[in-house]
Amino acid sequence: MELWFTEKHTPTVKFSIQVDRQLYCGQSEFQRIDVFDSKEFGRFLTLDGYMMLTEKDEFIYHEMIVHVPMAVHPAPKKVLVIGGGDGGAVRELTRYQAIEQIDLVEIDELVVEVCKKYLPHTACCFGDERVSVYYQDGLKFVRRCEQKYDLIIVDSTDPFGPGEGLFTKEFYGNCFKALKEDGIMVNQHESAFYQDDAVAMQRAHKRIVDSFPISRVYQAHIPTYPSGHWLFGFASKKYHPIEDLKAAKWNALGFKTHYYNTKLHVGAFALPNYVEELLRDVE
Amino acid sequence: MSKLQQERMPILEALNKFKKSRVVPFDVPGHKRGRGNSELTDFLGESCMSVDVNSMKPLDNLCHPISVIKEAEELAADAFGASQAFFMVNGTTSAVQSMVLSACKKGEKIILPRNVHRSVINALILGGAIPIYVNPEMNHELGISLGMTLASVEKAISENPEAKAVLVNNPTYYGICSNLKAITELAHQHGMLLLVDEAHGTHFYFGENMPLSGMAAGADMASVSMHKSGGSLTQSSFLLVGGVIVKPGYVRQIINLTQTTSGSYLLLSSLDVSRKNLACNGKEIFKKVSQMAQYARDEINQIGDYYAYSKELINGDTIYDFDATKLSINTLNVGLAGIEVYNILRDEYDIQVEFGDVGNILAYISVGDTHQNLERLVSALAEIRRIYKKDKAGMLQYEYINPEVLVAPQEAFYAEKEALPLEQSGGRICSEFVMCYPPGIPILAPGEKITEEILDSIEYMKDKGCFMTGPEDMDIKNLNVLREV
Repeated sequence: MELWFTEKHTPTVKFSIQVDRQLYCGQSEFQRIDVFDSKEFGRFLTLDGYMMLTEKDEFIYHEMIVHVPMAVHPAPKKVLVIGGGDGGAVRELTRYQAIEQIDLVEIDELVVEVCKKYLPHTACCFGDERVSVYYQDGLKFVRRCEQKYDLIIVDSTDPFGPGEGLFTKEFYGNCFKALKEDGIMVNQHESAFYQDDAVAMQRAHKRIVDSFPISRVYQAHIPTYPSGHWLFGFASKKYHPIEDLKAAKWNALGFKTHYYNTKLHVGAFALPNYVEELLRDVE
Repeated sequence: MSKLQQERMPILEALNKFKKSRVVPFDVPGHKRGRGNSELTDFLGESCMSVDVNSMKPLDNLCHPISVIKEAEELAADAFGASQAFFMVNGTTSAVQSMVLSACKKGEKIILPRNVHRSVINALILGGAIPIYVNPEMNHELGISLGMTLASVEKAISENPEAKAVLVNNPTYYGICSNLKAITELAHQHGMLLLVDEAHGTHFYFGENMPLSGMAAGADMASVSMHKSGGSLTQSSFLLVGGVIVKPGYVRQIINLTQTTSGSYLLLSSLDVSRKNLACNGKEIFKKVSQMAQYARDEINQIGDYYAYSKELINGDTIYDFDATKLSINTLNVGLAGIEVYNILRDEYDIQVEFGDVGNILAYISVGDTHQNLERLVSALAEIRRIYKKDKAGMLQYEYINPEVLVAPQEAFYAEKEALPLEQSGGRICSEFVMCYPPGIPILAPGEKITEEILDSIEYMKDKGCFMTGPEDMDIKNLNVLREV
């Protein structure tokens, strides 16, 4: 018997992983949630049939979305994670003793419950006393915050379905308002390779550029996401992602990471020409 | 009629049966179920094209319904509490016009508020009836026209006892209702027909705790825009007849003067399906819509400066009732005209609201909305305030300008005329319409005197970016005025 999970990366391109067994299938108010076991990628989570994370490569995404801004901001104390119900970003954040408060806003409570049960490797740190979880619309939550956070991490799904509101100008504008004067926002920024993803990436970039004085994009290699080449946005009120990198200070923390290092930090902002062009088109 | 019967959809059922019968088409339309126009079929879908068909025996004929359309009309009449319902495929505009033309002939008077939709005054041009305008009072803080006071209707009736009909907006675009029941009784006491423009009031017939509907108030005719809150396809509508005074056969003759003889079955079936949906599920649907509108209103009122108004405005007369499904938002304290907020929402936030005027925007809330989309609207409004808020000095307060009707609309429209630059037209009699669209309520109508006050407000609205329509000159630099003899 062969059982395969398949996601269409475009209408004519498929990505498949052979499934050992399905562990969970449920429908929340917002989306369908599935958890599978596989030989190659270990356990993986999908929402509405789209790959969210696998045990094998989630470290790349979560290290890159957390350590890049954390190595730039000199003293981040209050952090807001929007989305990220799998707990991976929270896990990386809790490694920093200097952080005093981590608020996580996830629209779908069932995602957190399922991850706690089936993905303990990522959903391991919700019990940390600095972490508070709010189950509500990220847009609504951030609308009520003013000058409150040092760092906002937008760990969203794709810009259709429940994550749609997190790719809008009103959302980025409200994040700007919710950040302190030297705050940083990083976001899951889609990919530049396939046409539809590239359009979403450009739209998001344009809206962030409209809202923040500093807006740069960096990249990582994530094998299970469409094209494997994934982007993150770095938007900031004051700090430049490379000029303000505090490499020595970060290295002194002595964290063991599998993907991120401070040399890669600098290199990740060096983008392929076609990506630079797509970004320039909307700047 | 029982709920069971309201679950029937005679037109839809006939179309489904017809599709299965695989009739070979040697009739119009020439796209022949879409096969002759593959590009259009790719765009609209095969199932849509396959029911874009002509009137024929199994599908009845809109001009003279005897089978499935007749059954569907009877079900609709029952659902709305009317004695007769007509399926309209030329928009609510044609329903309103047929209603007015059925009530008044050339030279006969009709009493109406001036804040009517252009379709009402169009009917006066077509039929030659004479308008007697009742001044709808203003709310000066919000800059919106309200409903007619009972006393002002009474005065108009006593001054024009020969008038044939009274027309009432139920509600206005903004959600304002007049005292429909009392006005209806008053009109009937004086032998006048009571007509209701319910372009924005379909849900009054199906939701709970809604303002009184035209048919429930005892009106003689009502035009109901099923495609707005009712969910049918754009351009489909109902004309309802209540009571026994208006003769349905005559109304059908009037409708057939201008309505297409090739009524679209896409539109007809959409009316049939939507009527069934509202009759069977309307209570829950409009409960949800009301809750969503109220949620958004509460959130918007917490932002500051915006005022999303509702039933607190009710004053027993000019605002006899308020339609709480309407999300009308006053923007003046943000220092922005409604039309400016409307444009920023669309151009910068990809959010399209129904309209913006001098001081307000209207966001149309329906069963198709989601909480996430409401959050986007609220958040975008909060952002617009954060980024654009300015002093409100210099904002024009919209004032109701009492029209001076010097010539009947029909006579003025067809009179000898000349084009004058806008700024030189003051003091002359206008022969055409000027309006912002939406909402499509004329600032000037044919036969009305052009005053400096009116010209100032046209310039202001043009300056703020309102979409102005009506005049022959599309740029609205010139106005057609009556030649002076």
